[in-house]
Amino acid sequence: MLRKTLIAAGVTTALLAAGPALAAEKKIIAVSIPAADHGWTAGVVYHANAAAKEINKAFPDIEVIVKTSPSASAQVSAIEDLSATRKLDALVILPHSSEELTTPVKAIKDKGSFITVVDRGLNDPKIQDLYVAGDNIAVGFNTAKFLVEKMGGKGNLVVLRGIPTVIDDERIKGFQDGIKGSDLKILDIQYANWNSDQAFKLMQDYLAKYPQIDAVWANDDDMLLGVLEAIKQSGRKEIKFALGGNGMKEIIAKVMAGDAVTPVETPYPPSMIKTAIYLTAAHFAGHAPVRGSFKLDAPLITKANAAEYYFPDSPF
Amino acid sequence: MADLAAAPPRAEPGWSIGWGDAGPFLALAALIAIGFLVNPDFLSANNIANVVTRSAFIAIIAIGATFVISSGGLDLSVGSMAAFITGVMILFMNWVAPSVGTAAIPLGMAVALVTGIACGLMNGAIVTLGRIEPFIATLGTMGIFRALITYMTDGGTVAIDRSLRDAYRPVYFGDVLGVPIPILVSLAVALVAAYVLYRTRYGRRCVAVGANEDVARYSGISIPRVRTMAFVIQGACVAIAAICYVPRLGAATPTTGLLWELQVITAVVIGGTALRGGRGRIWGTVAGAVILEFIANLMVLSDFVSEYLVAAVQGVIIIIAMLIQRMSKR
Repeated sequence: MLRKTLIAAGVTTALLAAGPALAAEKKIIAVSIPAADHGWTAGVVYHANAAAKEINKAFPDIEVIVKTSPSASAQVSAIEDLSATRKLDALVILPHSSEELTTPVKAIKDKGSFITVVDRGLNDPKIQDLYVAGDNIAVGFNTAKFLVEKMGGKGNLVVLRGIPTVIDDERIKGFQDGIKGSDLKILDIQYANWNSDQAFKLMQDYLAKYPQIDAVWANDDDMLLGVLEAIKQSGRKEIKFALGGNGMKEIIAKVMAGDAVTPVETPYPPSMIKTAIYLTAAHFAGHAPVRGSFKLDAPLITKANAAEYYFPDSPF
Repeated sequence: MADLAAAPPRAEPGWSIGWGDAGPFLALAALIAIGFLVNPDFLSANNIANVVTRSAFIAIIAIGATFVISSGGLDLSVGSMAAFITGVMILFMNWVAPSVGTAAIPLGMAVALVTGIACGLMNGAIVTLGRIEPFIATLGTMGIFRALITYMTDGGTVAIDRSLRDAYRPVYFGDVLGVPIPILVSLAVALVAAYVLYRTRYGRRCVAVGANEDVARYSGISIPRVRTMAFVIQGACVAIAAICYVPRLGAATPTTGLLWELQVITAVVIGGTALRGGRGRIWGTVAGAVILEFIANLMVLSDFVSEYLVAAVQGVIIIIAMLIQRMSKR
C-alpha cells in the first residue's frame, strides 16, 4: 500500500516536472477586449498585450491569449470560438456592451471558467468572479474639488462632455456634485463626442459666446487637446485652468513638466486591464483569493506622482 | 484667377447666379439673420472667421464630391481617406524631417496629393473597371482607409514632429490681409472647380454622364474615363483638405474625419446638386458647407436648445434649408 502511494507520488512529481512542456497542463487565460479604435481602447490593447507577454514569461504554467474584437457581435463570436477550440480556465473580458455580452459570458461561466469582468459590468453581476473597474464619478468629483480649492470657490466654467453613455453621465454627475456648495458656475455644457476636432470647434464657440471663462473641463484628454489648441488660437489669457481626464500620455507629460494651465490630471487608466489579468493570474499561480470587486481610485495626478501613470511607449 | 472671374456673364450656372440657383444662398442669408437675432456675437468678425475657416475642409472635399455626384457616382470613403492621407503625410514628414528640416512640409504636401490622387484612382478603377456600384465600392474602401489609419496609429495618435509644428501652424491659423488661409484655399479650389465643371469639355461630359448614361454613350463619351476622372478629382480635393487640416491639431487619430462623408453629401445636396446626378453646383456646395458649420455654431451660441436635443434641431434646420432651396426654384 505504502509502496503504491510512493509510486503514485513519484509519477505525479514526474508529471509536474514535465508540466511546462505539456500544453494540456497549462492554465489558459483568455482576454477579450475591444479593438483599438480610439486612444483609450488602444491603451487597453497595449496593456493587455504587455500583461500577456510578462505573465507568459513569468509563469510557464499559465498561457494568456489576447483577442480583440471591433464590435459587440464580433466579441460574442470571438469568445465562442475561443471556448469551442480549447478549455478556458479563465476569461478576462472588457465587454463592448453589457446587454449583448451577458448571455454569452454566462455560457462560458457554465463550462467552469473563472470570469473576470473589466470596466463595464454585465447585466447580471452574479456571473463575474472578479470585477475590476475605475471610478468615473471620482474622475469628475476630484477634478471639481481641485477647481473649487484653487479658484477660491468662485468663477465661470465651461464643460465639454463626451458621447451620451453611462460613463459620461457618471463623470458629469461627479463633477456637479463636486462643485455643489461653491460659487463655481457652469456657464455651458455640450457634447463633443470625445473627439479632438469637435472639441476644438466647441471651444471656439464657447470663447465667442462668453467673454469671461475662468476654467474649462473636458471630461476626456482627446477633447482637451482640441480645447488647448482653440485657447491658444484665441490668445485669451483669463483661462486659469484647462483640465481633462483619463490619463493620456501627452497630458501626463504636461503635468510632469509643471504646466500652469493643466497642472493636474485624473486617471481612468486603460492599464486597468493589466490589473485584471495579473489578479486573474494570481488566482492560478499564487493560489491567492481574488474573488470580489476591485475599484481603482481616481486620485489627482500631480507632478509628484505623475511618473506612476506615465507610459511613454503606450499609444495612449 | 482674375481673368476667370472677369469672364463675360453667361446663362451658365455659377457665373451669373440666377434666381433658380439662389436657394442655398437664401438659406444661408436666412440663417445668418436668425443667428444675429439669437446672439449678436454671432456676427462678430472673430466668430465668422472661425466658422468659415473650419467649414473649409468640408467645403473643399464637397467640391470634389460635386464632380462625383453630378457624374452619377457617390463616394462614401472621403472621411476615412482624409484620415488616411493625414496619417501618411504626418508619418512621411516625421520621417524626412531630421534630414531636410522644414522642407519636409512641402514634400509632405506633395506626398499627400499623390496619395489622394492614387486613392481616387483606386476608387474610380473599382467602380468602372470592376463594375461595382459606387456605394458598395466606396463603402469597401472606406473600411480599408479607416483600418489603415487605425493600424498606422496603433489605435492612438500620431503627432507631427515638434520641429515642424510651429512652421506648419500658419497654414491653418495664418491669414493674408485678414482672410484666413484655409478660406483662400477653398476659394481657389472652388474657382478652379467652377471653371472645370462649367467651362471645359470635361465638365460638360461629367454632367452629361450623370444625366443620362445611354445618351452620353451614344454621343461618344467614354463613361469609365469620365467617372474615374471624377473620383481622381475627389481624391485630390481630399488631399488638399488634409493639407489644411494637419496644422490644426497636428495629429491624426482613428477618429479623424469620422462621418465627414455624410456632412459632405449633405453640403453638396443643400447646394443644389442633384443626388442622382446630372446637375452640379460648385458655389452652392460651398454655401452648403458653410450652412452646416453655421448651424452647429448657432446651436452653441443660442441658449434655448437643450444639449440633448442639438442633433434633432440641426436635422430640422437642414430640412428647412432644403425646403427654402426647393421653393426658390419654382
